[in-house]
Amino acid sequence: MKSRTTASENLITAIVKGTGYSAVIFVVVIFIFLLSQGLPTLREVPLSNLFSTRWYPIEGYYGILPLLLGSLIVTLGATLIAVPVGISTAIYISEISPRWAREILKPLVEVLGGLPSVVLGFLGILILAPYIRQLLYISTGLAAITGSILLAAITIPTIVSVSEDALDAVPRSYRDAALALGATQWQTIWKVTLPAARSGVLTAIMLGVGRTIGETMVVMMVTGNAPVMPTSLSALFAPVRTMTATIAAEMGEVATGSTHYHVLFFIGIVLFFIALVINITASAVVFKSRKRSERILS
Amino acid sequence: MITNSTPSSAKRNLIQRLGFGLITLIAMLTVFLILMVVGYIVVLGIPAISIEFLTGFPSDGMRAGGIFPAIVGTILLTLGTALFAVPLGISAAIYLSEYAPENRWTRMIRVAIINLAGIPSVVYGLFGLGLFVIFLRFGTSILAGSLTLAIMTLPVIITTTEEALQAVPQSFRTVSVSLGATRWQTIRRIVLPQSQPGILTGVILGLERAAGETAPILFTAAAFFLPRLPHSPLDSTMALPYHLFVISTQVPGMPIHIQYGTALVLLVFILGMNLIATVIRSRARARRQW
Repeated sequence: MKSRTTASENLITAIVKGTGYSAVIFVVVIFIFLLSQGLPTLREVPLSNLFSTRWYPIEGYYGILPLLLGSLIVTLGATLIAVPVGISTAIYISEISPRWAREILKPLVEVLGGLPSVVLGFLGILILAPYIRQLLYISTGLAAITGSILLAAITIPTIVSVSEDALDAVPRSYRDAALALGATQWQTIWKVTLPAARSGVLTAIMLGVGRTIGETMVVMMVTGNAPVMPTSLSALFAPVRTMTATIAAEMGEVATGSTHYHVLFFIGIVLFFIALVINITASAVVFKSRKRSERILS
Repeated sequence: MITNSTPSSAKRNLIQRLGFGLITLIAMLTVFLILMVVGYIVVLGIPAISIEFLTGFPSDGMRAGGIFPAIVGTILLTLGTALFAVPLGISAAIYLSEYAPENRWTRMIRVAIINLAGIPSVVYGLFGLGLFVIFLRFGTSILAGSLTLAIMTLPVIITTTEEALQAVPQSFRTVSVSLGATRWQTIRRIVLPQSQPGILTGVILGLERAAGETAPILFTAAAFFLPRLPHSPLDSTMALPYHLFVISTQVPGMPIHIQYGTALVLLVFILGMNLIATVIRSRARARRQW
């Protein structure tokens, strides 16, 4: 069957094809741009400085290790909270809750996922930080743990919706077979359904982690912004500074083309790569979700 | 809840009841969290809401007056984002859904979309600053901010649009072609109209995110205090998320009710978009022709 191709049809096809590749073009442009502004760091700052433990740009100390570890510790804390809560909530929604509850819960979780991070950071400053300070007898509530709790709140919707999709996608026959063999529903969930949905749940966790590492506003507002090296787990209760907060806080004050400017772009490159690795791994895990868009939306 | 009733299963039933209880408790924790967040902002923010607050300009260094320019700024940025991201995104999705063969070039596009979706928002801000504000000399402007937000929103729009297009049954296309239509005619007159609600939902959800983001506009568009509304796309602008950020972290003596009021306005804006998208989605599902 031949299609009638006119000149206008060809033109439209060409335009559509061009826009199709736009995503690729943008990624490449962003990457090249980041490299162009960030790589001069390697020329201007000796590696011993760049990977030292002091971040004090005014005096020329550009050690990014405190920032890297700050990001890691906050992300670790957030993941430790968000994964159990998120998976439990997903299990509840998908396996335990009655139909009517499901119709309320799913939009509710979506609401949490749509909250702008500034709003959560704002509540963190006014409510959570003072509360943590009183609760834990530490000198300030603006610490890593506060950031972790709020980041967990942001990440939970991602984990819940992707995990819930994964659990939903497990064929009903699996559950029926387990129950027919005499298992309780509880046993079915943990030994049959959840393992069957394993790859989807893992994807959910990785997407959550990716989102947490890249989060800026919350950490800038509540983690205290002190670029100190976290030395032990107790650093969770002290102020830290993440890579994202550093860029956001200091970008407004650097001179274009200065060393500080280049180092901030270098940090951006590091963030770009971390996010890249996490997201490609998460999507390479074979999980054909019906709602692929929900993964990107969350 | 299904329970068994043989003697040895009493212990298992107990475990199940405890386990379910624990899971339910944790799930309720999540619900509690959401309700607390929304509740706090609504209850503490409503006292600040008034016509003057919504339509007036700030005064006394932001400590009094209204937030009208921030509201306008957010609307302008959202419209600007839509202007750039929607045509491009829908067109790219049409390519992926209707034209693209399943080869490694198409896979490359999909990987690129996943990449774009994963880039942290502050890195977008950095990119926007370097490219649009400095290199292209747009300065801190609505234009630079919209372009930055548009690239950030692109993956969402492409993915949701593609899914909406894919949801249209193949039979529609086949029938159309069998009646003599070209591929583009089929797309334009059959596939696109049928997938319109899905596309609309995706666009609104994408714009909802763009409206709430602070980091990308920190250095590309946002200004803290503007005595007048922006005149042109090259002006910088106030914006709700940025405004909330500054008044909660950098203005001493800021009255708390104004902070909550600003948060409430932002929340209403965002949740309003969410609501509209949800309504479109459920109404479309009821009226679907397949």
